[in-house]
Amino acid sequence: MCLAVPGEITEIWDDEGTPMGRVSFGNVTKDVCLAYVPDIQVGEYTIVHVGFALQRLDEKSALETLAIFRQMGELDAEFGDQWGRAAEQAGMPRPDVMGGMS
Amino acid sequence: MKYLEEFQDPELAKRLLDDIHATTTQPWAMMEVCGGQTHSIIRHGLDQLLPDGIELIHGPGCPVCVTPLEVIDKALEIASRPGVIFCSFGDMLRVPGSDRDLFRVKSAGGDVRVVYSPMDALAIAQKHPDRQVVFFGIGFETTAPPNAMTVYQARKLGIDNFSLLVSHVRVPPAIEAIMTSPVCRVQAFLAAGHVCTVMGTSEYPALAERFEVPIVVTGFEPLDILEGIRRAVHQLEEGRHEVENAYPRVVCDDGNPIAIEMLEDVFEVVDRSWRGIGMIPQSGWRLSERYRPWDAEARFEVGDIRTQESSICRSGEVLQGLIKPHECAAFGRECTPRTPLGATMVSSEGACAAYYLYRRLQVPPPSERVPVGAGAKDEAR
Repeated sequence: MCLAVPGEITEIWDDEGTPMGRVSFGNVTKDVCLAYVPDIQVGEYTIVHVGFALQRLDEKSALETLAIFRQMGELDAEFGDQWGRAAEQAGMPRPDVMGGMS
Repeated sequence: MKYLEEFQDPELAKRLLDDIHATTTQPWAMMEVCGGQTHSIIRHGLDQLLPDGIELIHGPGCPVCVTPLEVIDKALEIASRPGVIFCSFGDMLRVPGSDRDLFRVKSAGGDVRVVYSPMDALAIAQKHPDRQVVFFGIGFETTAPPNAMTVYQARKLGIDNFSLLVSHVRVPPAIEAIMTSPVCRVQAFLAAGHVCTVMGTSEYPALAERFEVPIVVTGFEPLDILEGIRRAVHQLEEGRHEVENAYPRVVCDDGNPIAIEMLEDVFEVVDRSWRGIGMIPQSGWRLSERYRPWDAEARFEVGDIRTQESSICRSGEVLQGLIKPHECAAFGRECTPRTPLGATMVSSEGACAAYYLYRRLQVPPPSERVPVGAGAKDEAR
């Protein structure tokens, strides 16, 4: 959860006065709040923590970090199936598939 | 890791390690503050590549681990109420409360949802105006600005069916508490990089000065950690105690001023309890008066839930760096990721979970370990 993952801004829009952007982390894309780096532009890199861009980052560092995270499986931990992982760890059936929504 | 070729840049790793070995003339103990760093160190065996005398003490910087049992029990109570949609980061699902966890609340029919971003919880509130939607706002300074944004937006947009259960903690008061402890062995800190991405480094010079302790802002990748250790060793050997930034690619001295301004608007500093450790003065945040109407604790009247922590679990000593996880007699026996006694065995950033995942085969059998209830805590008294 404390991980901050680098990604590239591919699109920017305004959501009721809040700057939002689509960020590509390689195989995964997420909608991310840009309110804390409001002047960031499409094509720039940022580090993202729980759906928020926290700081810009140069492309070379971003790509190196992403490669390391991918190799270590950290991206799955960040973006993967949380209920599935919890169920596996607990050795119990998933509670979210019988009508739950998330 | 343990083998240089597994590093992203083996040449650089070798240079850093050679420098650390050549510089070290005596034993030093340094604490990595952040659980993400602990995970990386144990996973890659970085500690086993260092000179014998260099000890890494694992710090309390795992937000899931230090969220007080009492707050977990409040979360479980709120999540069990009819009509509530309780949203949380996935890491919290299996953190043990007094008698269950969020996973079991969901299994029993509670509407618990995992969100990637706190803003997703706010969107759920907008989508379900007839339901009470609560977000479990835990974390250090890194996570506080994202969580703060939810109540800022809720106030701005008039979303009254949303509230935040706040349990935020701050790193500098924890460093102060560690350094003033009578059993403190820490001689240098590797400060948590992403905390400083938000807060900058301005809170640290006073601490470095007062406790004469080097503080090196450090990242999370194996090479970042080696560089942090290298700089700390140089300072220790040369008798310096300065604040250094070894993670400049995402940390500047001022941090993120927009995020800091948001924190100052939404939160105010309070005393906070840390699970296993106890109260640390001025170590946390609660909602400021302007945002108090969005405080879940008040809205659901769970303020007087008080609970006692397990006496078997020694996670508090682990979090303070007083013992290593495998020195607890329950480690790998009563306490495993499947049956965790403490949060440190659940979170991927918890030291106990990291040791269980990557080191348990190296740990002596329980019969050769210190029995439950004995050990550092008692000796310290």
